[in-house]
Amino acid sequence: MSSPLPPYASTLQLTWFYAFRVICGLIFFFLIFPILVIVPLSFNAENFFTFTPGMLRLDPDAYSFKHYVDFFTNPDWQQALYNSVTIAPAATILATVLGTLAAIGLSQAHVPYKSAIMAILISPMIVPLIISAAGMYFFYSRLGLQGTYIGVVLAHAALGTPFVIITVTATLVGFYRSLVRAAASMGADPVTTFFKVQMPLIMPGVISGALFAFITSFDEVVVVLFLGSASQKTLPWQMFIGLREQISPTILAVASVMVALSIALLFTLEMLRRRSERLRGLSPG
Amino acid sequence: MSSATDTPTDAIAGDGIVRAADGTPLKRSLARALRREKLRSFLLIAPLLAFVVISFLLPIADMLFRSVENNIVRDTIPETVQTLASWDADSGELPDERVFAALYRDLQIAVEKRIHTRLGSRLNYEKSGMSGLFRKTGREVRRLEAEGPFRERFIEIDEDWADIEVWAVIKRYSPPYTPGYFLNAVDAELTAEGVEMKPENERIYLTLFWRTLVMSLMITLSCLLLGYPIGYLLSHLPARSANLLMILVLLPFWTSLLVRTSAWKVLLQQQGVINDFLVWINLIDDAGRLVMINNQTGTIIAMTHILLPFMILPLYSVMQTISPSYVRAAKSLGASDWTAFWRVYFPQTVPGIGAGAILVFILAIGYYITPELVGGTSGIFISNRIAYHISTSLNWGLAAALGTILLLLVMALFYVYDRIVGIDNVKLG
Repeated sequence: MSSPLPPYASTLQLTWFYAFRVICGLIFFFLIFPILVIVPLSFNAENFFTFTPGMLRLDPDAYSFKHYVDFFTNPDWQQALYNSVTIAPAATILATVLGTLAAIGLSQAHVPYKSAIMAILISPMIVPLIISAAGMYFFYSRLGLQGTYIGVVLAHAALGTPFVIITVTATLVGFYRSLVRAAASMGADPVTTFFKVQMPLIMPGVISGALFAFITSFDEVVVVLFLGSASQKTLPWQMFIGLREQISPTILAVASVMVALSIALLFTLEMLRRRSERLRGLSPG
Repeated sequence: MSSATDTPTDAIAGDGIVRAADGTPLKRSLARALRREKLRSFLLIAPLLAFVVISFLLPIADMLFRSVENNIVRDTIPETVQTLASWDADSGELPDERVFAALYRDLQIAVEKRIHTRLGSRLNYEKSGMSGLFRKTGREVRRLEAEGPFRERFIEIDEDWADIEVWAVIKRYSPPYTPGYFLNAVDAELTAEGVEMKPENERIYLTLFWRTLVMSLMITLSCLLLGYPIGYLLSHLPARSANLLMILVLLPFWTSLLVRTSAWKVLLQQQGVINDFLVWINLIDDAGRLVMINNQTGTIIAMTHILLPFMILPLYSVMQTISPSYVRAAKSLGASDWTAFWRVYFPQTVPGIGAGAILVFILAIGYYITPELVGGTSGIFISNRIAYHISTSLNWGLAAALGTILLLLVMALFYVYDRIVGIDNVKLG
């Protein structure tokens, strides 16, 4: 990459230009290093949390899959994995369906008390998690939902809906409303219009909202810690307990798997964003 | 809408009223359409609104209610509370025999139901020793004969019953609602003379609130310090390389909080990667390993890393919209690089700084997981205390009061955020 500095730049300007890039490089290193460092550490053959001399010498014997084997065979971790992959999708579906409908409703031209409704719907994102967890713990205990699968799913869905609302609303801003009228004028009933015209166009927003809702539930630990009982323990719960009490290197293997998952998620979102921009470029909005 | 002027002349009847195709006046027809549209949007919103209210807002309201609710005293010893009403705590005399007799009858029932210890723990929050007093009395009271004089009998069981302050506390906490939890939450207490601050060395919650605010501010500042250069760089690079570098910001953003916290635990430990590295390059010796975890340093480093993307994203989106011509114009008019940046570029980024800083600050003051895992005892936040009161000390009223104060703080900050950024303009990813 050629330097954007003009040829007459002084030495000071040149030095600052490169110094600034080095500083930025260090900040990027700070951002990314902690996440990447756990991946090699998770292959440690010893039960240590740091690089053994053997690992630094790249001795193959110093590396092993044993923490991964532990993750996939230990019943505690397996139950946590099972709970995580059953709770998160249920919460995601609930949050996405309700959130998408509400976002479409909110994007209409005349909605009474729009800002008040918006404030209520966004509130689960704003209230600190510990307060949501405390409130839900007290309230759900009264209803007998504390320590149940349904209780955790409802709580996670409530926490995920604001993200769906925000992403779908953002997509609807670029939605060309006359397309709906055109479909209607050609005789399509509202349901057909919705599924054949509106839905495909706002799909990227719905999917990225759903991904947000999924990751909210999948990563959530505070609410599940209070609201769930041992039989609802999820992966983050198990990691939290593991980190607090008996720190086991299996956590690093789990963390690496989750890093892979977030890379996949990031990639999907990027694809969606591109698609959405392409679609928006085509629509005359 | 221009339909009125576009209407063909035959839609206007002899009376001069504009009519729609079906003959109803246009005004009414439009009003009906508008009503229908409103109803439709409301029906679309209603399911989620109901869901959020029931599953989220009601629990929060329930918690707010719990912070003042105090039915336990009058539910457990109803007759005592009733007879105690006529007793004057300032008289300097113990309540009379009727009150002790009522307490005897109340406790018989309470001990039967095994709820007297709960009352003891409740009153123990206000005066230490009450828990033991009720437990001891509960054991003895069943063996007591149903014959008076009860006052002497009770004082025989425990001479604390002859302490006027014990009775004063029971009387003071008899009403169904109490400010007691809130007072405790700000290190004050209700005494015979009214509201008083606790002794200096017992003021834990104000200290903790203060520490939460100061540490959140430090985290916000370090996020700003690290986020500003990144936002600047990203907004000045060509789109292709900026998108590529953006991945480095978004990957941490999408990575699980627990993963990042465990990474910092691994890095910062005394036998961890950073200390090992520093020993290896001989910067420190083996005995002088740095203590970077289970204290404030650990919390600040880890939370800065976790919240940094929330600072970079709003900064970047504001910086992207700043036209480079302003800085060029300033320079062509003779401004130095620094002056052009400080007087022309920087002021235009202030909205981004405001948005990012408030967002990071709001997220920081409510944090629980990271301080719990890397904060030790000196690096914990008010949330950790709330969690402690819910799950360990079981003082739910105090937890609710602390939570209410924290919630009010966050709401106030969010109001400011809404004023600056607007609630609809929150951008994700």
